[in-house]
Amino acid sequence: MSTPNAPQSMYRAREGLGVWEHRGQVAAVGIGHGPTSRRWDGKADTSVGAISLLALRKAIEDAGVNPADIDGLVMDERTTTGAFWPRDQELPWDVINAYNRTDAPLDGITQLSAEWILKNMPELAGVQFTMYAPVCMSNAIVVAAQAIGEGRAHTCLVLKAWHNLPGRYYQSGPNADDAIPGTAAMRSLWGAPACYGTAIQFAEYCRKYGKNHDMMAPFISNSRRNGLKFPEGYWAQHRPEEITPEDYKAARWIAKPANLFDNDIPIMCSAAYLFTTAERAQHLKRKPVYILGHASSRGQARSFVPTLDEVEAECASSGRKLLEAAGITVDDVSFENLYDGFPQFHQFHMEGLRYRGIQPGEALDFYQTDISIGGPNPVSPSGGNIGSGRSRFWMHTDCIQQIQRRAGERQVTGVEPVIGVSGGPMPTGGNFTCWSATGDY
Amino acid sequence: MKQGVIPDDLTRPFWEAANEERLVIQNCRDCDRLQHPPAPVCGKCGSDAALEWKQMSGRGRIYHYGVVHDCPIRLLQDDQPFNCAVINLDEDPGIQMYSHLPGTPVDEVPVGAAVELVFETAANGQKVPEWRVVGDS
Repeated sequence: MSTPNAPQSMYRAREGLGVWEHRGQVAAVGIGHGPTSRRWDGKADTSVGAISLLALRKAIEDAGVNPADIDGLVMDERTTTGAFWPRDQELPWDVINAYNRTDAPLDGITQLSAEWILKNMPELAGVQFTMYAPVCMSNAIVVAAQAIGEGRAHTCLVLKAWHNLPGRYYQSGPNADDAIPGTAAMRSLWGAPACYGTAIQFAEYCRKYGKNHDMMAPFISNSRRNGLKFPEGYWAQHRPEEITPEDYKAARWIAKPANLFDNDIPIMCSAAYLFTTAERAQHLKRKPVYILGHASSRGQARSFVPTLDEVEAECASSGRKLLEAAGITVDDVSFENLYDGFPQFHQFHMEGLRYRGIQPGEALDFYQTDISIGGPNPVSPSGGNIGSGRSRFWMHTDCIQQIQRRAGERQVTGVEPVIGVSGGPMPTGGNFTCWSATGDY
Repeated sequence: MKQGVIPDDLTRPFWEAANEERLVIQNCRDCDRLQHPPAPVCGKCGSDAALEWKQMSGRGRIYHYGVVHDCPIRLLQDDQPFNCAVINLDEDPGIQMYSHLPGTPVDEVPVGAAVELVFETAANGQKVPEWRVVGDS
């Protein structure tokens, strides 16, 4: 089975498209997570393929669906967090041969194809629809929802996995070379780390609105506090460490004004969801969480670093698109789980949505108020990537769990969890979903 | 020390001009629009037919900056921490270039200040456009 990339027509990237044509007709009914780790230890049962098989099987079990009834799989083939198999390192044949392999030897190790999944999950014999949705779970959710809405599949697994290898992040490959190709050199010669662009936008934001870096501290502390209540997450599983405001302010710089805690930690992880039609969802064991709408951002920066003006305009547009697609107003939103990796752009997403009415330049003041899961204005109850490591999917899992009222210690108590929004990653390029307790909200 | 540069088809005119201490930026004649980084087609009209390389004055302004303390590029790690600024060109402030702002002390960057073009030599001898705050010697 050949798996295509999702066509752009499946993403709702323009304003004015109206209410999503499949509003409330698609529901999430199952969640599964594989175990997290900081880096791969080289064993067959901890490879990105192995943890993805676990995640998928947990999602199926969680939903109580017969695997033979599943007819769709939407996922992202790419799994790198920035780590690539070293050019001079021998392939791990013992791991490769531990599974049913594909023509790509590193499939299941540094990439993950739908073919590899299906070869290693014979119980998914009914899958006839597969599609790739690069780059993260936010894309896969949108594409799977659209696929079910359009009737391409009726019961669809949605998967995103990440691998991480030994060695420091982005320090190998061309970055370690003495010379690089001219196109890459346009950016790379100046040595800006991954967080640099966001740091520049944040610096301009602080200059424009008279804010400062220390004002991020309550958000970072809140995010990690929430993440430590996420048993599926990296920090909760391996290093249950809070970040106090003092820790945050004292952290070493990476690219000032972005410090260590303004960056998430790359990890190995995998998550899967099971989506189905609203009709089928009624007969399954979990409370369905309905998708009211989705929206995508495809902003194009004019040059290297999106300017603050470009970011603010695009986030505002994304917010309008999502509310329009869902057929709601922002006052209907119970809680937000917009992306935070990098946390210095979380406020752009929030302000773009106008969450709790905040306007551009107001989010950092908002962070100084009660943004906890127990208050009336919960911010990132999932804890996001800062709370649980780089996955770009904690926010989605949390939306589903909050609305199902099975978020455990993270359960929001200051609001009724009726409608949640999640999505990202980048302010100028992302995919956003509106989740609801009812299909006809 | 900056990494060396191996010019490729897309960027060869840029790097050859840099070796002559000139800054050229891709321009679409039909759209009368600069674009940088260079691309195979115009980002506005999608055509490659009217793309040309246009010489710039070498004047710009500092949009903003960061201070890099943890750099992924091996050859630059001995220089940490260092300034890394975004420069807007005077011809079109939407066009950006990066700069280490040679001569400007670390974290003492005058945001909004005028800058002028200079050239540095990278690891393999390739000249690279850089920017210096006007008035700094």
